[in-house]
Amino acid sequence: MTESIDSIRLRAARPLEAEPVKMRATSLSAWFGDKRALSNISMPLVERKVTAVIGPSGCGKSTFIRCLNRMHEVVAGARVSGDVLLDGKSIYAPDVDPVRVRRRVGMVFQKPNPFPTMSIRDNVLAGLRLSGIEPPDEDALVEEVLGRVALWDEVKDSLDRPGGELSGGQQQRLCIARCLALEPEVVLMDEPCSSLDPVATAKIEELIHDLRDRYTIVVVTHSMQQAARVSDYTAFFYLGELVEYDHADVIFTKPSDPRTEDYITGRFG
Amino acid sequence: MTPGIESAYAKRKIAARAATVASSAAVVLALAPLVAIFLHVAVRGVRALSVSFFTEPVGARGAGMANAVFGTIQLVLLASAMGIPLGIAGGLYLSECRHTRLARAVRFCADVLAGVPSILVGVAVYAVVVVRMKQFSAFAGAAALAIVMLPLVVRTTDVLARAVPDSLREAALALGATRWRTAIFVVLRTAAPGIRSGCMLAVARVCGETAPLLFTAYNNRFFNDSLFDPTSTLQVQIFTYTMTPNEDWHAQAWAAALVLVAIVVVLDVLARRLVERKEVA
Repeated sequence: MTESIDSIRLRAARPLEAEPVKMRATSLSAWFGDKRALSNISMPLVERKVTAVIGPSGCGKSTFIRCLNRMHEVVAGARVSGDVLLDGKSIYAPDVDPVRVRRRVGMVFQKPNPFPTMSIRDNVLAGLRLSGIEPPDEDALVEEVLGRVALWDEVKDSLDRPGGELSGGQQQRLCIARCLALEPEVVLMDEPCSSLDPVATAKIEELIHDLRDRYTIVVVTHSMQQAARVSDYTAFFYLGELVEYDHADVIFTKPSDPRTEDYITGRFG
Repeated sequence: MTPGIESAYAKRKIAARAATVASSAAVVLALAPLVAIFLHVAVRGVRALSVSFFTEPVGARGAGMANAVFGTIQLVLLASAMGIPLGIAGGLYLSECRHTRLARAVRFCADVLAGVPSILVGVAVYAVVVVRMKQFSAFAGAAALAIVMLPLVVRTTDVLARAVPDSLREAALALGATRWRTAIFVVLRTAAPGIRSGCMLAVARVCGETAPLLFTAYNNRFFNDSLFDPTSTLQVQIFTYTMTPNEDWHAQAWAAALVLVAIVVVLDVLARRLVERKEVA
């Protein structure tokens, strides 16, 4: 870090709100049955940037991103209040089909979950086929998308092998490819590296870095080092509340809330 | 080292060996009747088998059971066509909509249906189908067999679909799949090998069902002309022949039993092939 504290201050002075906003949560709360998992979260997500969501286990960070593509409500007894805007339009409006939201806002899960009965190739095409879309040139799409996640060279000779035969890191990149094949606008990643070894983690982080030119990315992570490495903006969640949200370098060098400072310096969590 | 740990270890070793021996013995005991039945049926059946068994219809001395073989295959296929798709669809509903009140009610009904003696199913079909159509028929017999199959298929599909990890359902939903597409293309596909085995068990079970056929498909000395005629089956034919004092007919019944077992095995192999080929494609 050669950057001076002054330049960081300067950047911090530029309000987050001035950036082009892709998504925005407004007074978002979420419950599992009677248990409130998120309280009143309001924050914008900046277009074509990486936003990291950090916080200790159970702080609501996964719940938060699951509200961004309406996956929260898939769990029995789960509900949401408040709103989430995508390009200024509510995704919780009564006339919005969650299926269409999820096609625009893709998701990668904590544990790689390729479809075990499908080949690598079919896994990549699964999103389209599940939506009943037949892509015009499947081979070109498969090569292009697998290339984008830097998996093509590793699997090009075994496209017909089951996806479950790949290593954990490869499976996770396959899952990212499966998500990208749908050409989403936003990609949500729920602790995408937590079940991977350091080498595979480095590859995913590199990938996140490369993808930010095309997609708005939200990464949930419990690794502060990872958040610092990959994100442009960082949100710190604690006990279901948004404690602090700012440019990543501000959060990691000059947090304004003592709880953020305690967390990033490892005093809890 | 703690004193006594050596003797505790020795005891555990003995216990482990005893458990292994006991469970092996249990396996042998459980398989013994199966092997005995197979051998007995094979030996007695082969002696009575002849070409005419498969070419001639039921009749006097030297005749065969061609119409009964045909009837059994016909009934089982027809019953499977009715029972398996309905059962899989029902089981999938139970698994994917498991918390709804309807699902709980249906699951309870399926359990009750599984416990209903099959002769009662025959009586019910007699009252509803045979009496209305004023005719014993292959259709009525197949309907009775389908009802016997239904709870078996529903429950296996339910249990196996539920065993599919939720992470796969979430993966599909997050890709913008609707719930029913997720159920069919992800859940059903992942559970398919197990469901196939469950369906085979159900088919094998109805291959041997005789009671529900006695007053639905009834019997026929000739080939049935259509699905709406009384139909001969190996099961009912075995029953009929066994009840006679005729030695020749007893032999024919053994042959029929052997053919019945063979049909079950062939169906199983065919189903296996079919599923495997689909998985490769």
